[in-house]
Amino acid sequence: MKAHLSRRYHLSASHRLHSELYTAEQNRETFGKCNNPHGHGHNYIVEITVSGQVDPATGMVVNLGDLDGFAQEKLLARFDHTNLNLDPAFRDLVPTTENLTIVVQQIFSGFSHARLERVAIEETGNNSFELMSV
Amino acid sequence: MILLTRKADFSAAHFYWNPALSDEENQRIFGKCANRNGHGHNYTLEVTVAGEIDPISGFVVDLKLLKDILEREVVSVYDHRHLNIEVPEFADTIPTTENIAIAIWRRLEGKIPHARLHRVRVYEMPDLFADFYGEA
Repeated sequence: MKAHLSRRYHLSASHRLHSELYTAEQNRETFGKCNNPHGHGHNYIVEITVSGQVDPATGMVVNLGDLDGFAQEKLLARFDHTNLNLDPAFRDLVPTTENLTIVVQQIFSGFSHARLERVAIEETGNNSFELMSV
Repeated sequence: MILLTRKADFSAAHFYWNPALSDEENQRIFGKCANRNGHGHNYTLEVTVAGEIDPISGFVVDLKLLKDILEREVVSVYDHRHLNIEVPEFADTIPTTENIAIAIWRRLEGKIPHARLHRVRVYEMPDLFADFYGEA
């Protein structure tokens, strides 16, 4: 039997939406308050969905310890309580939550214990972004 | 075709243990969940059905009827019970969130008139849930 398992991880980080390709005025126009030079932050919720056959010996698609361990090492240790703009992934990429979702999908593509189905990130309770694996 | 989702809650005890494995292996794989005195969760069940809207009632399925089916087939059997000990399908199957979703699908399949079961989602807690779509 194939099942999907989803786990939500919480991380708090700051960012500033700003593009070097825009003038100062274009940045303010495009990004509004999010262009504040000193940055601002969010409590992000990253929802990871993986799928696979339920192992008859364990009743599990994936051992939660493996998934949590991977998330701790590759996601939370890297991004929680950090400034996203300073992460190498965002050196030339605006740290919108769309782009964060793409980066997180690339990270979890390296999780080998189950198939990554979906990454969804809530930036606030009112907006969220998702990417389905193809 | 439209999807309709109904939620229900149940609170239950369980533990994870595979008698075919050694004590050490059970501890290694299941950790705290292997405590055979059990522990418990407030589960939330979300059942999604797919169907066509009845032109007269405007319903896919009567929500009261769906609520009664969930109560009869799942909640009355699982709520305030020890899943390993008191629910027959978990006598030989570890009641992980994945297996609970599959078991609930089997309990509901064919029981909901005018609609097709699309997804069973079981939240063990707000940050952990399993989905079953009836896939082999």
